[in-house]
Amino acid sequence: MSRVTQTKVRAAGGLAPLEGRGHRAAARTRSGQWAAWAFLAPVAVYLLVFYAYPLYRNVELSLRNYTVRSFVQGDAPFTGFANYVKIFGDATFGPALWHTVVFTVVSLAFQFGIGLALAVFFSRNFRLSATLRALFLVPWLLPLIVSASTWSWMLNSDSGVINVVLGAFGIDPVNWLTSPDWSLWSVTIANIWIGIPFNLVVLYSGLQGISPAIYEAAALDGAGGWQRFWKVTFPLLRPVSAITLLLGLVYTLKVFDLIWIMTKGGPSGSSTTFATWSYRLGFGNLVPSFGPGAAVGNLLIVMALIFGLIYIRVQRRQAHT
Amino acid sequence: MRYWKTAIGLVLTGVMLFPVYWMINVSFTRETDMRKSPPSWFPVNGTLEGYRAVLDQQLPYLGASLVVGLGTVALTLLVSAPAAYSLAKLRPRGGGVLSFVLLIAQMIPGIIMAMGFYAIFLSTGVLNTIPGLIVADSTLAVPFAVLIFTAFMSGIPEELLQAARTDGAGTFRTFWSIVVPVSRNSIITVSLFAFLWAWSDFVFASTLDQGGDHQPITLGIYHYIGNNNQQWNAIMATAVIASVPATILLIIAQRYVAAGVTAGAVKD
Repeated sequence: MSRVTQTKVRAAGGLAPLEGRGHRAAARTRSGQWAAWAFLAPVAVYLLVFYAYPLYRNVELSLRNYTVRSFVQGDAPFTGFANYVKIFGDATFGPALWHTVVFTVVSLAFQFGIGLALAVFFSRNFRLSATLRALFLVPWLLPLIVSASTWSWMLNSDSGVINVVLGAFGIDPVNWLTSPDWSLWSVTIANIWIGIPFNLVVLYSGLQGISPAIYEAAALDGAGGWQRFWKVTFPLLRPVSAITLLLGLVYTLKVFDLIWIMTKGGPSGSSTTFATWSYRLGFGNLVPSFGPGAAVGNLLIVMALIFGLIYIRVQRRQAHT
Repeated sequence: MRYWKTAIGLVLTGVMLFPVYWMINVSFTRETDMRKSPPSWFPVNGTLEGYRAVLDQQLPYLGASLVVGLGTVALTLLVSAPAAYSLAKLRPRGGGVLSFVLLIAQMIPGIIMAMGFYAIFLSTGVLNTIPGLIVADSTLAVPFAVLIFTAFMSGIPEELLQAARTDGAGTFRTFWSIVVPVSRNSIITVSLFAFLWAWSDFVFASTLDQGGDHQPITLGIYHYIGNNNQQWNAIMATAVIASVPATILLIIAQRYVAAGVTAGAVKD
């Protein structure tokens, strides 16, 4: 939809030469510009005060050596990139990077795979399919603290229902949240569960955009169900898939609540990602280290922005084809 | 054949929603049965003690969340609807840059915004206040809102606005009497999402309102988990109640929800 925005705005730029047409037209355009910016002013001010300024403060935090006292008084010494050097050298850096990558990649792979399978399944209309598809949205709409605490209890080592079910198949109880070997997988499983609805809905609407005539043609040419999927659906769905994956990537990099509520990044850092690390540095300890916390946060922004820009590029290229 | 598919669909939905069912089941489970093995699959010996605990302890949190949610909706609409009208219909110079900035803004992780907000709120004295939290929560919704509104308002026929102008309506009048009423559906979509995101927010609540007198329900649940690890029926009962807005939203506004999810991701 935002594609629409951009093309409209671009078209507007192309109309500028009209201004040259006589006094009246020019005057109207100028007053039109005033009105246009009067309507834009609130959001422009908003973006400056509530986006740009916090981000600026964040960069500033990362370049100074803040303590609790200087945080209140605002006279922290400028230390350049010392905070960044500190976090790159920190023993948490390597594992946190690795956990972020694993968490993101595994989550995306499963969310997308399961979401696509479900979208294909639901795209054959059958009785109740619309209702069931709507019910699938529930996990995505629930507050994260609700999903996270529910999963925490389900994954509880002693009385969690997951271990009970596994026990029925003769599998020994797993210490999902309390063992360093499993904590990252536990939060990933919960995150996959939360992300499936988004993938399902977006891919489903992508499937709706594929003309049934193409399927009929493929069927006439003797393509089986499996072939139809790989030769028709999958290639035609590629643009929507790219967008879904990139958006999913940006969202998954941000995930903090879920991990923090389920494991607090533990035990012993085994599920710490950049997002939870940043929070722990800034807010999670009795003595906050805002500088390094902000530095980690800025690394995270850079990561999100790289993929965000790729997303915008892909989306624009699709808009032009 | 058709019924087979429905049957499979029911099973898949059942698996997917099992955690939700389990939350409800646990919320009715008696304290003494909580660690029973195997657990009761149905709340046969159900109890309401969890919900009683919610009524005793969580009402202020729910109230705060309601206020924060409504405030966020109001602020979001106030800021984003005029901007979208301008971007869609008034052709401001520099509008393209602004749309681009909004797209980028959507991608900034909340935890980073929280740190910047913390520093600013601390020095301006709005830390731990409801208005502060409303402002922070609205950053979750404003970029999305502008994008949705712009897409929708671009579709309003030019003739309609032209007719208003011919009748002598100014830009503001046109916006208020024509564009806003016509955009009702997108206003509903945006309001629903803004409310839901503010209601569900944990990042800003836990950083900017941790010491506040009025804390939202997400912190209510969080404190519960931290304080009394044993009372899982009360925790899950709170979780059930905290899920009510999402459920209502899904029931009354299903098509808006799906529209909101796909907005910005799919060509229409």
